Amino acid sequence: MKKAIIIDDEPLARSIVKEYLAFYPQIELAEECSDGFQGVKAIQQHKPDIVFLDIQMPKINGFEMLELIDEPPAVIFTTAFDEYAIRAFETHAVDYLLKPFSRERFSKAVDKWLEQKGAAQQKAATDSLLESVAQSPSQSDRIVVKTSGRIKIIPLHEIQYLEAADDYVKIFTSEGSFLKKKTMNYFEGVLDPKLFVRTHRSYIVNVQQITRIDAYEKENQVAILTSGIKIPVSKSGYVKLKSVLGI
Amino acid sequence: MSTSPLSVPKFRFIFAACWLSWCILLALMLRSFGLLWDEAFIDSAISNIILMLACLLLINTFRYYLPRRERYGYILGMCGTISVVWLFLTRALLLLLLPDEYRNFYGDSIYIRLAFGFLILGCMALLSVLWYTLKEQQQNESRKLEAEKLAKEAELFKLRQQLHPHFLFNSLNSINALIGTRPEEARQMIHQLSDFLRGILKKEENQWVSLTEELQHLQLYLDIEKVRFGHRLSTSVGTDESSREMKIPAMLLQPVVENAIKFGLYDTTDTINIAIDATAENGQLIITVQNPFDPSTSLPQKGTGFGLSSVKRRLYLLFARTDLLETQAKGHLFITRIKVPQQ
Repeated sequence: MKKAIIIDDEPLARSIVKEYLAFYPQIELAEECSDGFQGVKAIQQHKPDIVFLDIQMPKINGFEMLELIDEPPAVIFTTAFDEYAIRAFETHAVDYLLKPFSRERFSKAVDKWLEQKGAAQQKAATDSLLESVAQSPSQSDRIVVKTSGRIKIIPLHEIQYLEAADDYVKIFTSEGSFLKKKTMNYFEGVLDPKLFVRTHRSYIVNVQQITRIDAYEKENQVAILTSGIKIPVSKSGYVKLKSVLGI
Repeated sequence: MSTSPLSVPKFRFIFAACWLSWCILLALMLRSFGLLWDEAFIDSAISNIILMLACLLLINTFRYYLPRRERYGYILGMCGTISVVWLFLTRALLLLLLPDEYRNFYGDSIYIRLAFGFLILGCMALLSVLWYTLKEQQQNESRKLEAEKLAKEAELFKLRQQLHPHFLFNSLNSINALIGTRPEEARQMIHQLSDFLRGILKKEENQWVSLTEELQHLQLYLDIEKVRFGHRLSTSVGTDESSREMKIPAMLLQPVVENAIKFGLYDTTDTINIAIDATAENGQLIITVQNPFDPSTSLPQKGTGFGLSSVKRRLYLLFARTDLLETQAKGHLFITRIKVPQQ
């Protein structure tokens, strides 16, 4: 028996998926969720095999919700109209259903998933999809993190700097630091290079937070933030910083 | 301002080649009239260097000022003046450099020199005018194409906006779901959606309607949204007696309310109430639309960017005023306030 979860903020949109899903006795509907917060909880609790996920939802969208899950399940996205997302699905070969969809179209997507064996391959496709949509207009001005069971939305301008921490990246704001399971390279690629500069192998700094750059031993520099924190700047990082600051 | 013909490498090469051959030709010609080789070359070189400078001056002048068709006399006058100046300059230089016997020869040839100079400058002027006129035409053409392209894109964008694709497809999806379980409601929603779409098609951009009429149309939209979002969305519409018959540009409220619903529904996970209130104040129609939002995660000034800029623009086009739409964040409430002056 396989387990499924439906996440959509419109009750009727959930009911049509439920109706179509009833034709698959081998799939059990574990839970229905009306937003991303419930979605994260339900996925952790039930460990579903498949999730039917809407994109435009309150507070955090479908993509942001997936980012919060360590081992994301297989996903079939459902959306009505979002040019950006549809383009992303097509380039990353991730399955999606355009609302309103027919039972035939729904079955095609589910059958394809049932026959699929390469779970790792699908996970890779989802990961690269998330990376590319992180730069979409609706998501590019914030980062969503999970902190001791709570979900926090950090607007980008509140970030002071990011620091590498093993498999995670620590995001520092005036309220403290938050962990996100991503790489420094991921953030370097996703954040606007005019606002965030990788000054060091382990540091990315919000340029607007820098008040001073001082010389430091052996050709190295150190950037001093408004909060007084000192961030190491490597030789190549200094070159990048100078070109962004126009000095 | 167009680019000079000499900015094209090919033309620069042709210009230099013509100039060089003309130098040699003139020297040979002078030699055949009995001048010594060195005299002939000095004469030719000095005359032609100054002539070249005069040509460059001419080309550059037309770059900044292109005479209209009826002012071709100006070109002639300019060529004449430049040739005379050129003549006297070369004369002064040549008499300084060359022996006295040469003076007579120069005196004899002065009219021929003037004629040559005028001819060459005239040709140059004609070519430049042709070049710059052609350039100007090309620029006009591409500007026109660009303007047409922009207009077409704007029209397409407007059409797409009017269709509300996100709203339309989601509504169809809701209907699809209702058909199986509650066919009567599905039928009702189809009628509401049809009336709403018909209203959009019927209304013209600059048509004025009464507030009651505008609110009736808006109610269709609100009812559809309520079916879509179920218990999460509730609305309240309040009008005072005197405001009901006041006039409002058709479809002005639609994007404001759409913005409020989107903002309210996607910024919180709770149930939300959208409150629309209309009053009459000093002969003006005042409409406020309120929606809840979360001040900790969204910036109020960003909320105005959603769909309100087009409303602001429309009000500006109608009344030439920028103060008719105001937004305000009050705790957890976002308030949009519109003033509609009565005509």
